[in-house]
Amino acid sequence: MQSLPAISNLLKLKPSAGLPRRFQDNLMIFLFLLPAVVLFLLFVVYPILQSVYYSLFNWKGFGPAVDFVGLDNFKNILKDRVFLIALRNGLLIIALSLLVQLPLSLLLAVLVGRDLPGRVFFRTVFFLPYVLSEVIAALMWLFILNPDPDRGFVNAVIVALGGQPQAWLGNPNLVLIAIFAALTWKYFGYHMLLFMTGLQNIPSEIEEAGRVDGANALQNFFYITLPLLSSTIRTSVYISVLGSLQQFIMVWIMSKGGPVNASETMATYMYRFGFVRFQLGYGSAVAIYMFLLCLIFSLIYLHFTRKPDYLSGLEG
Amino acid sequence: MQATATYRPAWNARKFFQRLLQYSVLVTVVILVFVPIVILVFGALKTRGELMSSPYTPPIPPRWENLISILTTPRYSFWPMLWNSVMVMVATTTGVVVICSLAAFIFSRMDFRFKNWVFQLFTLGLMFPINIAILPVYFVLRQLNLLDNLWGVIIVQTAFQLSGNILILRGFFAAIPAELQDAAYIDGCTAFDFFWRILLPLAKPALAAVAALTMIMSWNDLLVPLVVINNDKLWPLPLGTMQFQGQYGQDLALVSAFVLLSALPTIIFYLFAERQIVSGLTAGAVKG
Repeated sequence: MQSLPAISNLLKLKPSAGLPRRFQDNLMIFLFLLPAVVLFLLFVVYPILQSVYYSLFNWKGFGPAVDFVGLDNFKNILKDRVFLIALRNGLLIIALSLLVQLPLSLLLAVLVGRDLPGRVFFRTVFFLPYVLSEVIAALMWLFILNPDPDRGFVNAVIVALGGQPQAWLGNPNLVLIAIFAALTWKYFGYHMLLFMTGLQNIPSEIEEAGRVDGANALQNFFYITLPLLSSTIRTSVYISVLGSLQQFIMVWIMSKGGPVNASETMATYMYRFGFVRFQLGYGSAVAIYMFLLCLIFSLIYLHFTRKPDYLSGLEG
Repeated sequence: MQATATYRPAWNARKFFQRLLQYSVLVTVVILVFVPIVILVFGALKTRGELMSSPYTPPIPPRWENLISILTTPRYSFWPMLWNSVMVMVATTTGVVVICSLAAFIFSRMDFRFKNWVFQLFTLGLMFPINIAILPVYFVLRQLNLLDNLWGVIIVQTAFQLSGNILILRGFFAAIPAELQDAAYIDGCTAFDFFWRILLPLAKPALAAVAALTMIMSWNDLLVPLVVINNDKLWPLPLGTMQFQGQYGQDLALVSAFVLLSALPTIIFYLFAERQIVSGLTAGAVKG
């Protein structure tokens, strides 16, 4: 910005300078927000409202929805054993994520630490699966989980160690564990990255002070590092829970929700009713349930975290 | 180091074992991360017969036939799918960067009456991800006649990236000092001048982060094309990869080659843009 031309501009007064400043600003606010608001209303908000409407009908998707059934869809979903399995699986994936995936990510972030030689290499490798598409991740796991030890590497290792090969994706008791392993492989790097950033933001002097005061490494970790990391942990928990509730692609490619619905998630359930059986009213009601679950969880999360990090926008 | 060792001789040995433990855990995880990838690469570089007889040995000598066959057989339509993916990615990324920086500017730098309401509406979008919304969105696309049309994919991908990226950019824009804005106004800048000539150039790293994140998201997306696109001439790469596995699943070597080739652009892009991707993701989650 050269000041001289700017001043001469000011003296000359552009034609637009005649308009009140306030009007110019309002016009700009309107035009700048227009594309985002239109897209958002049309493709995010309107679909929600419309599916609330459709969820009250028994509708196959052709012609207008006329067979009004009230809340029957919502009642029938809760009576469907398969939906309850999907709900249970969702909660199971949440529990496993919080008890296995997040502690593992945290452990790795602490191990990589601040200044370990090779830190960048480890971060790059651990984060790689997150960047690969879910299709590719799911197909790679499909290959290594093949029940035939001559085709599936996991079973080859088990046989080499003297065990029995398992039909990982064909056994209703194992399929969810197998899918969870693939999910952990794909997503732990993301949480590790969050924890690494969180750790970086803790001044090393604080831990140093703890050490000088005679705390051992474990005490240092549990009484100093962990509390200071709590906002990162909350963010990680939030993302992990919301992600677990809506798992779709990996499950759909690896098992299609089977065998006999053993790995069904709410998203595969909705997809099956919406796009395979074309019971669109019923599918809409499933979508509403999922939306409500996410909303309730988010509100609880906001209630318990005074200063929300991920959703800091909500406080204005 | 040496000075420390002279008066605390035990220290170095302890430190050594600690490091040893650290590295052995980390290297084990590195190996676990690489197992599925290495198995895939091995498979892609063997003939079908070799893969049957010795599935887990390194591919020596490497056979390039599978890869070449994917790249040169028109029936496999690798290149058209790649092209579809590129077009969707470029359009979505442009849309997201432009639309989100306009909106984020208003939310971070201007005031109007219902600002908080409008902003909260957008943050609500974070609770309604595309995996949940896909069925409702499908109805709307059908009403607008956007099924079997790449524009349908582009618009939906863009719409569902708005909330997160507006949040990220708003954070970055708000961090630019207010004094700069005052100075620009005193020098005769309009609000638009300030946005275009001062704020955007300063926010280049943030824009790069948002662009990199959006590129990855769009490139990897399967769900939206799966629902929107029926016509196999319009399939983007992830959808094509899934269908290829369904059709040629018996020839594991050939499928491995296809999956490898479809993963390669992402891996190369990741190695070049890691910094942008990482900064975008951590800004989105940590700063909000």
